[in-house]
Amino acid sequence: MGFLTAEEKGLVNGLWGKVNVDEVGGEALGRLLVVYPWTQRFFQSFGDLSSADAIMGNSKVKAHGKKVLNSFSDGLKNIDDLKGAFAKLSELHCDKLHVDPENFRLLGNVLVCVLAHHFGHEFNPQVQAAFQKVVAGVANALAHKYH
Amino acid sequence: MVLSAADKSNVKACWGKIGSHAGEYGAEALERTFCSFPTTKTYFPHFDLSHGSAQVKAHGQKVADALTQAVAHMDDLPNALSALSDLHAYKLRVDPVNFKFLSHCLLVTLACHHPAEFTPAVHASLDKFFSAVSTVLTSKYR
Repeated sequence: MGFLTAEEKGLVNGLWGKVNVDEVGGEALGRLLVVYPWTQRFFQSFGDLSSADAIMGNSKVKAHGKKVLNSFSDGLKNIDDLKGAFAKLSELHCDKLHVDPENFRLLGNVLVCVLAHHFGHEFNPQVQAAFQKVVAGVANALAHKYH
Repeated sequence: MVLSAADKSNVKACWGKIGSHAGEYGAEALERTFCSFPTTKTYFPHFDLSHGSAQVKAHGQKVADALTQAVAHMDDLPNALSALSDLHAYKLRVDPVNFKFLSHCLLVTLACHHPAEFTPAVHASLDKFFSAVSTVLTSKYR
C-alpha cells in the first residue's frame, strides 16, 4: 500500500475533481491570514490586510492562494511520492522564503475547513480523514529538505 | 490570547444558532477526531467507537453541554470550567495535543452544518474560543 489506500485515493480524487482550485486557494490563504494573523508576516508587501473583509477581498492574496493551491493540486498527482514532488519547493521555502513548516500544517487544516465549508455533508468523516493524511503528507514533504 | 468583544459576540451568535443540535455536533466532532487522528482513540479503549455508537453520542452531548456552559461564561472561563479542569488534570490526563485535534474537528463540523455562519471572522473567533477552553482545561496539568 502506498501513502493512501486505494479507497482513500478514490475519496480524495472524487472530491478534488469538483474543487474550483483557484477559488479555494484564495479562500484558504485568506482564512489563514484571518484566523492566524501572525502568518501575515510573510506578506508585508500585499497591501491592505487590516480586516477580515480586506484580506478576503485582497487581489494579491487571491492570486497567491491560487498559485499555492495549484501547486498542491499538482502534488496530488504524485500522491505516492510527495517528497519527490515537493523537493524543489521545500528547498525554496527553507532557503529563500524562510517559512516555518508549522505554517504548512496551519494552512493544511484551514484547507480542510474550507473543503468542509464548501461540501457540507459530502465532506464526511472518512473523506476528512483521507484529506488530513494528504495535508499532513504535503506539509511533511515541504518540510523535508529543511536544514 | 484574549477574546475580544467581537469574538464573544460571534461565538454566542453561532452557538445560539446551533441550539439543540449541539449534542449531535459534539458526537460528530468526536467521530471525526477518532477517524482523522486515530491516536485519540487510545483514551477510549472502553468505548464502542463504531459509527452511531450510543457511548459516543452520550459523550458528544457531554462535550457539547460543557461548551454551552463555557459560551455562557466567556468572561470567566477558569471559574466556569474549574471542575472540568481538575478532572482533566488529575484524572483524565489527556495529552494537550489532543485538544487541538478535537477543536479542529469541531470547526469542521460547524463548517459542514452552518456554512452561512462560518464566515472567516466567525471561524477565527471560534478557533480562539476553543483554544481558550483548551488552555483552561490543561491549566492545572503541572
